[in-house]
Order: sequence, then structure tokens, then C-alpha cells
Amino acid sequence: MITISAISEIFPVLMQGIKITVTVLLASIVCGYLFAFIAGFCRLSNNVILRKFTGLYVEVFRGTSLIVQLFWLYYALPILFGIDLGSDFWAGVLAISLNYGAYMSEIVRGSILSVSKGQTEAATALNMSSFQRMRLVIFPQAVRMMLPEFGNYLIQMLKATSLVSLIGMTDILYYGDILRSSNLSQAPTVYLLVLVFYFILALPLIFLTRKMESISKKGVASE
Amino acid sequence: MNNWNWDTFFEAFPLVLEGIWITIGLTVACYLFALLFGFVWTFLRRIPIKPINWLVTWVMEFIRSTPPLVQLFFIFYAWPMVPVVGFAMDPFTSAVLGLGLHFSTYIGEVYRSGIDAVDKGQWEASTALNFSTRQKWTKIIIPQAIPPTIPMLGNYLIIMFKEVPLASTIGVVGILQMANNYGAQNWAYLEPLTIVAILFLILSYPSAILIKKLEVKMNTRFDKKAVVNSSSSKGAV
Repeated sequence: MITISAISEIFPVLMQGIKITVTVLLASIVCGYLFAFIAGFCRLSNNVILRKFTGLYVEVFRGTSLIVQLFWLYYALPILFGIDLGSDFWAGVLAISLNYGAYMSEIVRGSILSVSKGQTEAATALNMSSFQRMRLVIFPQAVRMMLPEFGNYLIQMLKATSLVSLIGMTDILYYGDILRSSNLSQAPTVYLLVLVFYFILALPLIFLTRKMESISKKGVASE
Repeated sequence: MNNWNWDTFFEAFPLVLEGIWITIGLTVACYLFALLFGFVWTFLRRIPIKPINWLVTWVMEFIRSTPPLVQLFFIFYAWPMVPVVGFAMDPFTSAVLGLGLHFSTYIGEVYRSGIDAVDKGQWEASTALNFSTRQKWTKIIIPQAIPPTIPMLGNYLIIMFKEVPLASTIGVVGILQMANNYGAQNWAYLEPLTIVAILFLILSYPSAILIKKLEVKMNTRFDKKAVVNSSSSKGAV
């Protein structure tokens, strides 16, 4: 069943999809972290409207499925507001990054809140402005706490990129589906290879996550 | 906003709602499967033979870091084609196996964290009292290991609920598939997809609040140990 000739036939076809998968992943990571920090800070702001509004965003995106959000952005948004995201690429990236941005904003918020209160007081005593306080004292300590969870979400986002094949983007899974429909008996080899492709892409992220965990533990007194 | 049509909304609502029992049923079935299979992973990982331990760890890592969507396709499309062991399954069973297996690796880790949190003295005491291995596990370790992890397990129930619509891709007719069907027939995706989003929100938001309350309650009951667990339960899939 799994023969070398079958693999050598399938492998190059799946390789065509790598580019889309990696581009979607990288764009989602950048946008996702961006949304996470923006939303995380907004939820800590003194402005009530801003706080409530971001709270709504976070709860809506955490309360519904990614696949529903993706379909909604792809099929419903253009009808509702006449906004065309221009391409399926941005629909996919926006869905993934808004979804995981919402989850990660909770980590940003939680980490900033869990920096000891004495740090804020000390910074105030040193006559730092609130911006300096955040930039020089609170944030560097908070980022370290965010690292392990942020690493986990990298892998989650990689897994989520497989959904973009459902809106017609030509990623690894898309080519896998095409191969399967052209030759049904090849399906086991095809999907096994697709899984292996994703796993190979995940490996650096897994090691990065472990690295981030060890960085976040290093030099911190355990309470 | 002038493209929003309330007539379509009210027409689609009962149709989409019909799928809710499939969605909920599939969530419960996947969850039960994951809860049971999680134990298998936990015990496989405790086998004190290095190569086996290494193998189990990497198999779990493989299942966890590859997309559940591809795993679903593998089970539904590829498994029947596998020689000797392969057999065809209906979409619902495939979804239970696929999503259940994917999440069982997470659940297994939850159990492990619970077991690791049981005080070493408890093991020693049960050995001192001449308990058999079976008694040790059923009477001492598991009753202490599992209750503090209940909030985390609850979180995974909500996470799985939100992953279940993936099954619509292999033809399980839950609310998402109902909405897609309606959209394809009437060329109106906006309202049915919005209904799906609303239904998810209605069901998952209150459950999330409930779990949070449960977590606070458990934290006070199991003090330190549960606090350690809850800090890592913040994240979701």
C-alpha cells in the first residue's frame, strides 16, 4: 500500500501547498499577536467604552468556533457590509488571527495583572510616568510569563491553517484532497503524508515552545 | 446593513436549530470517548520501559500537533482503504473517533497533571498499608487526582463543542451543515451563518462562566494543588 513510487508521486504535489500554508501561518502569527496585545491593553484601559468593546470582541470570538468565524468572514461579511476582504487569503488570516488574538489577549491581560503590585508602586516612587512604568517595569516582566502559552498557540495556529482549504485556498490539505479524489485507493498514503507534513512544520514550533518555557523559568525565584 | 433580511432569518432559524441535537450529541460522544481514551494514554505513558515511553510520548505529540481536520479526513476517507484492518464508518462514528482521539491526548495530559499533584506520601502510605496496585489506584490515587482537574476537563468540553462543527466537512449534519445547506439552496449565507454563531455563543458563554465558578469553588476546596492546575487551564485549543 505505501510504496516508494506512490510517495514519490504524492510528495511533489503536496509540496505545492506548503507555500500557502506557511504564508497563512506567518501572517496569522503576526496579526494574531498584534490583536492579542492591542486587545489585552484595551481591556486594561481606563476608558470604559474601550474596555467593554474589547470585552465583547474577546467573548464573541472565544465563544464561537473558528470554522464558523471563517465561513462568516468569507460568505457573510461581504453580503452584510459590502466589505470584500479582497481575497480568501485575508479572510483566512483574519479569521485565524482574530480568533487566536482573542484567546491570547486573555494571556496578555492575565500576565500584566499578575505582575506584583509592589513593582508598580516602586516605579511610581521612582517618579516614572505611567508609560515608562509599563514599558520599563511591568511589561518586561509580563512578557516572560506570556511566553509558554504563546508558544502553545503557535502550534494551535498551525493546526488552524488547515481550515483555509475549506474556503478554496490551495494549501497542503487542498492538494491532499485533490489527490484523494483522483485516486481513492491512495487515500491512506495521501493523508498520512499530509499529517507528516504538518508534523514536520510543527516540530520547530514544538522546540520553540520548549525553549520559551525554559526562558520564562530561568532566573525567576520560585515562590 | 440593508442586506440583512429578517424574513430569511426567521425562516432559517428553525431549520438550523434542527441540527443542534446532532451537534450536542456529537460533542457528548466525542467527550466521553476522549475521557475514556485519556486514561489509556495516561497508563501507556506510565509504562517504565524507555523505548515504549518515548514512542507513546511522540505518538501523543504527533496527534496533538497535527490538524484535527486532517485526522477526520484520514479516518473517514482513508481508513476504509487501509488493507486488512480498514473498514468503513458512517460520518458520525468517524467524527467521534477522530475528534475523540485528538482530544484524548489533551485529556491524558490533564489526568497526568492530576496524578502528579497527588502527594508522594499518599503513595508511600498506601504501600505501607499493603494495598495492592489495583486498590492503590482505585481507592487512593484516582479519587484524589481527578476531582481537582474537573474545571480543566470542563474547559475541554467547551473547547470540543467548538471543534465539533469540523465534522460538517465529512457530512455530519449539525447546525453548521444545516446552515450551509440552507445557504446553498436559497443563496443566502448571511443569516443562517449568523444564527450558527449566535447558537454557539448562547451555549458556550454560560458554560464558560459556570466552569469559572466551578474552578473558584474547587480552588478553595483543594487549595494549592488546584491553583497550580488552573493556571495552565487558561489556554484553549
